Amino acid sequence: MDAETQIQPYSMNFGPQHPAAHGVLRLVLELDGEVVTRADPHIGLLHRGTEKLIEYRTFLQAVPYFDRLDYVAPMNQEHAYALAVEKLLGITVPERGQYIRVLFSEITRILNHLLNITSYALDVGAITPALWGFEEREVLMEFYERVCGARLHAAYFRPGGVHQDMPAGLADDIWAFTERFPKFVDELADLLTENRIWKQRTVDIGVASKEDAMAWAFTGPMLRASGVPWDLRKAQPYDVYDRMDFDIPIGTTGDCYARYLVRMEEMRESNRIVRQALQEMPKSGPVSTTDHKVSPPKRGEMKRSMEALIHHFKLYTEGYHVPAGEYYGVVEAPKGEFGVFVVADGTNKPYRCRIRAPGFAHMQGMDFLARGHFLADTVAIIGAMDVVFGDIDR
Amino acid sequence: MAFASLTDLAEYVAGQLSEDVYEWRIEHDQLIVEARRGAIVDILLKLRDDANTQFQQLVDVCGVDYPERPERFEVNYQLLSLKHNTRIRVKVTAEEDTPVPSVVSVYPSAGWYERETYDMYGVFFAGNPDLRRILTDYGFEGHPLRKDFPMTGYVELRYDDEQKRVVYEPVQLTQDYRNFDFLSPWEGMTRQLPGDEKSGEAGA
Repeated sequence: MDAETQIQPYSMNFGPQHPAAHGVLRLVLELDGEVVTRADPHIGLLHRGTEKLIEYRTFLQAVPYFDRLDYVAPMNQEHAYALAVEKLLGITVPERGQYIRVLFSEITRILNHLLNITSYALDVGAITPALWGFEEREVLMEFYERVCGARLHAAYFRPGGVHQDMPAGLADDIWAFTERFPKFVDELADLLTENRIWKQRTVDIGVASKEDAMAWAFTGPMLRASGVPWDLRKAQPYDVYDRMDFDIPIGTTGDCYARYLVRMEEMRESNRIVRQALQEMPKSGPVSTTDHKVSPPKRGEMKRSMEALIHHFKLYTEGYHVPAGEYYGVVEAPKGEFGVFVVADGTNKPYRCRIRAPGFAHMQGMDFLARGHFLADTVAIIGAMDVVFGDIDR
Repeated sequence: MAFASLTDLAEYVAGQLSEDVYEWRIEHDQLIVEARRGAIVDILLKLRDDANTQFQQLVDVCGVDYPERPERFEVNYQLLSLKHNTRIRVKVTAEEDTPVPSVVSVYPSAGWYERETYDMYGVFFAGNPDLRRILTDYGFEGHPLRKDFPMTGYVELRYDDEQKRVVYEPVQLTQDYRNFDFLSPWEGMTRQLPGDEKSGEAGA
């Protein structure tokens, strides 16, 4: 008796309400048995029209929208926008402001990688890393809260510098954190790196060769895991990254496991940068440009000086006018190259603000990464891609 | 880096593609090349494969809408050369009814970027194998990033308890969107007051 029956290829909806989809991803999978023959990601379920909204806001009002893109790494995105607007305005940021930005960019990178690695592990079946990781994240988000008042939506990096100086004692607490954080990374690595199940689920899954990664515009850890030594912090340094001493971890295999390893090493490197920034940072001085046509005067000054009051009023109603021109500001966000293409027409609002999100390009690679893998492996691929729908859908 | 400066690179590119490049300029240390729409595939292919340029990554494609121009849409291609650590921005212009040749054959990453540009601006990309809408809703009408598309859109949706489904309705706002005109000299704060530009001429 022939018990074997031919199963017709069929298509299946993965998401948009699926815990492993990391948000609202609707993935239409064509399956042959349990093997994926085609993956068609339907994105845009979280599309809020950020680019359109920014066209109707002043340059300063646009800042908080960047927190809401990739809500796991808010400050890096403000950074790209701030760099672009500063370039168009032709202003420079005081040294202390630049160091604070680098410091918090790297704290944000640790925040992001902690969430990614642990939730990725959760997707493939390991619960403990998530519990541990969130504890550390909480500590870092407290630093966020102390410096800007918000745990997630910081609105801290603004064109001209940062919003306010670090409160007293924060630097010491961050230093204490960096003292013990490498040990935490070691513990996390103990849980995962040599774990048999973890390796079974990630090694040789979703392999992207060097050429693939370049052709599909992969950036960040996705590109580095494929063996391309490229990091914008080294290649096109912004702020004071050129003074920082750090290494760029590179993967060799280009699979999901290599992406995990790259991110683990990046956390250690970020920790190094945080320590250097704290050591080398000027102990006092302005954190934002002193040009009060761009950044507001101090609150205390406003109470006494008529001019300061006028500046404050004008800045928070009309905002500043940015000379006509266009600039593509770019930073190495935790997920990859995050770019902001600002077109200014000389008014107080951006004429066009294009947001280049790293996750968008990675999501596009989903089809070729998932092809020929099992359905369960798509979960590992999505996890290793580090998708956050805030920035893919914008 | 194969060239000492961006100007050298610009002159090289303009020399190699003389009939297809209209103009180049360097703005804020970034090279911008304005090119002929029909030749975009050849241009990007040359920029990618020429040993002196090697722009291996197409990082982004985006549209910009200038309704007052004869060809209202501008499509920007952001290229990145990892080898030479340089960027270049290639611009072509287009209209609603003049398709831009798709560059998917050169850079596979262009696929979704072109879809997005089509979705947002209605620029067609001839030869893109999958030119569907990408970010907007299924069955969405219009192209939201055009300057003549209102920020609030035309329809809003809500769950209708009687019909037990989500329904679309025309947008009803309890308050108009407040858009202040900061450009009139009376209200605006510009560094240069109207009329100031004449003082320089008189003095010179």
